[in-house]
Amino acid sequence: MATQTEPPPATDVWPTASRGSSRVRHSHHAPTVILGASAVLAAGVLGLSGWVDPVGAVALGWLTFAILSTALTATLRGRRAAKNNVATILVTSAFALAILPLASLMWVVIEHGAPAFNAHFFTYSMRSVVGAGGGIYHAIIGTLYVTAAAAVISVPIGLLSAVYLVEYGRGPMAKALTFLVDVMTGIPSIVAGLFAYALFVLFWGEGTRSGIAGAVALSLLMIPIVVRASEEMLKLVPHELREGAYALGVRKWRTVVQVVLRTAAPGIITGIMLAVARVVGETAPLLVTAGYTDSTNSDIFSRQMMTLPVFAYQSFKSPGVPPEPGYERAWGTALVLLIIVMVLNLIARLCTYFFAPKPNR
Amino acid sequence: MWSTGTATQQTSQTGRRTVADPFFAGLTRAAATVILLALAGVAAFLCSEAWPAVTAPSDRIAGGDGLVAYLWPLVFGTLLAAALALAISAPLAIGVALFISHFAPRRLALLISYVVDLLAAVPSVVYGLWGIFYLAPKLSHIYSWLADHVGWLPLFAGPASVTGRTILTAGVVLAVMTLPVISALSREVFLQTPRLQEEAALALGATRWEMIRMAVLPQGRSGVVSATMLGLGRALGETMAVALVLSASGLVTFNLISTDNPSTIAANIALQFPEATGIQVNTLVASGLALFVITFVVNFAARGLVARSSKSEGS
Amino acid sequence: MAKTIDVSDLDIYYGSFKAVEDVTLTMASRSVTALIGPSGCGKSSFLRSLNRMHEVIPGARVEGKVIMDGRGLYDVDVDPVLVRRDIGMVFQRPNPFPTMSIADNVLAGKRLNGKRMNRAEAAEIVERALVSANLWNEVKDRLRKPGASLSGGQQQRLCIARALAVEPQVLLMDEPCSALDPISTTAIEDLIHTLKERYTIVIVTHNMQQAARVSDTTAFFNLAGAGRPGHLIESGSTPKIFSTPDNPATEAYISGRFG
Repeated sequence: MATQTEPPPATDVWPTASRGSSRVRHSHHAPTVILGASAVLAAGVLGLSGWVDPVGAVALGWLTFAILSTALTATLRGRRAAKNNVATILVTSAFALAILPLASLMWVVIEHGAPAFNAHFFTYSMRSVVGAGGGIYHAIIGTLYVTAAAAVISVPIGLLSAVYLVEYGRGPMAKALTFLVDVMTGIPSIVAGLFAYALFVLFWGEGTRSGIAGAVALSLLMIPIVVRASEEMLKLVPHELREGAYALGVRKWRTVVQVVLRTAAPGIITGIMLAVARVVGETAPLLVTAGYTDSTNSDIFSRQMMTLPVFAYQSFKSPGVPPEPGYERAWGTALVLLIIVMVLNLIARLCTYFFAPKPNR
Repeated sequence: MWSTGTATQQTSQTGRRTVADPFFAGLTRAAATVILLALAGVAAFLCSEAWPAVTAPSDRIAGGDGLVAYLWPLVFGTLLAAALALAISAPLAIGVALFISHFAPRRLALLISYVVDLLAAVPSVVYGLWGIFYLAPKLSHIYSWLADHVGWLPLFAGPASVTGRTILTAGVVLAVMTLPVISALSREVFLQTPRLQEEAALALGATRWEMIRMAVLPQGRSGVVSATMLGLGRALGETMAVALVLSASGLVTFNLISTDNPSTIAANIALQFPEATGIQVNTLVASGLALFVITFVVNFAARGLVARSSKSEGS
Repeated sequence: MAKTIDVSDLDIYYGSFKAVEDVTLTMASRSVTALIGPSGCGKSSFLRSLNRMHEVIPGARVEGKVIMDGRGLYDVDVDPVLVRRDIGMVFQRPNPFPTMSIADNVLAGKRLNGKRMNRAEAAEIVERALVSANLWNEVKDRLRKPGASLSGGQQQRLCIARALAVEPQVLLMDEPCSALDPISTTAIEDLIHTLKERYTIVIVTHNMQQAARVSDTTAFFNLAGAGRPGHLIESGSTPKIFSTPDNPATEAYISGRFG
């Protein structure tokens, strides 16, 4: 993000007085004028046909604008400028088309989820609840425990492995590790879940479900993210700082911990936050490992444990009779998840912003 | 003095510290070993749990025709959904990336890229809920129109699903999910175009689009390919969104808008696993293993492509 | 306190590549020895071998003897980390620790070695080292500010103060002024003059005038040819090397007709 460059002062789609002076000049209000004309035209056509649909109106207006402006550019400024105009309109349309579903997603989740929010929703579990009422307390507790346990497992392993790769690793072991971390990044989350399930079946027998199995599954997804992020950050620490410490007669491990890790800390914390944000919403691995329950369970080593994403899924799959309260709880949980992910992202960004070493003066 | 053997003022500390260094190095090595073991474990456990399904007589596998007959429609559905998703999302994502890197004003670009990064992290179950409650009903209108007007195409043969919970809807939801992933990475690549090359193109009198074709796209090609492959990997492995949206019947068909839809491996596991017992569990694990192999192949094909194109650029 | 370093028959290798061959040189205590020569002639490698810093690079090793105070630096039971506490080093580019304040930078050597100090002790060490590095008056009011907030020349003196706080016998300087402006360079050179009262100083420099200004002894290194190891061509008192060198190559280099 910091490397965001200023968009180059490119030749504009729209001619200005200084360019193409031999051709017909017109002002840079041209696009606005054409846009206005297109809007009027589209509205007129729709008005005549009696077809009233805002989405259709915007689409038709935009299309008219594209054709009109391209035709105008082609006649006034030639083929190359027209091509440029087409490209600009295509890229902008792609952007608009892509933002549409994403914006609608946000809107729909907030619209449907907000009504579910009240104190009851956050402080009660689903134990013995039929129909309306009940809450997500048990799922909040579950998500908190499982995610925390996953972080406790993956942060030390991931961070130390990154240190190994950057500071110690040479030869086949480091190569193998780099390769396998790449493989791990591609593990589908459901496969991670199956692995954890199979592992715990070995210890505790067929059909076992527990929070810790979920945490192990999430760790498998989280470790490669932590390794990659930490590795990047450790590599950014200038070699001169390590030499500076060695020259003072500082042991290598102290140099690594107190100089290298300390310098890279903001970036590493950001990476860990993003990794947590990534796994906190994972549903599939938890569905097969931690299972689901209506009661609060705060023992991650035994019995099923409800988590927020699984709860959202279950509330939709089996909403109860009548289904409306179940659906409302599903949306409410989706909104809670969305907020958690947003907050984690925001904290990650603030970390980078506030704790990064300030540049010289 | 610096010798570890002679008794000096630092002997006691020295003795402790010379242990600390190898200890810490050993600790990092141990962490690395845990990762290696974990992956070996993933492979070993999946294989051992999947094995009974491979050796079981074919009539004991769900469907009664053996493992291959069980897996084939799922593999087909997985690939179809992922292909649909990428066909929609890749061009749009590249457009978004270009818009952010070379068209939008700087402040707007920063804001948009933040939103895009955020969307990459939205949980899949949220996408799934949106897909089934909001998107599917909207799309069902379009499907019935498609069935009526372009029904002669096998893709839109219909009869159109009334609920809209078809493989095409799943593809659209997956497209929305993969779009932020692909565009975030492509944007990074486009932004790394050397400023000098861009200015050189502009100095030759190129329009903005010509500059992008001359400098930005060739430079970013391998990055865009790997971004797309990463998106593909995500689409292949995505579970909950498909499990929620798709109303599957397990058929192999290219009819994208009817009520008969192939399922995907991941969604099938999520739907069947909670109730599965005995050999069913082994069958599902076997399908998980197949998914793992597919994503593995995709990831390494991507790596190979990137390595080859970067090599050819170099020579 | 300062100690003499005797080097005899020293070869330096990076993997199978021999970078420096057969150097025999004495660096006298309480004096400044300048190492000069063209780029790549191995003078920096030689300097780094004096406090075993070159071992940070994988595959680097030496053969031969480096003796200080009657003990070999490369003897089997010698801990390189402890060697570096006796023989400090200052680098080409100032490298204060960016996460630490000015005072913490000075104390880094002590703190990172696990030494516990009370407030008064720490304050005394900081003041002593900064005074020795001619930096105290400029920074005494902002010891809590980050080390990176200083100018380049001040940062370099901070790095010298950081090295001095560990109480070394010898100070090695690897082109300490090459990243600095002329005024900062003068400040560092003045500092070297003061420091040689108490320390053995070895400095690598590309700047002939600087070698002439600050050093008592000068050693000229040169390459035997492309891809061949560097050699010590000759060494002697600085006035002699700069006026009547024995070797024509030395004269050619010093007078600027070479390298």
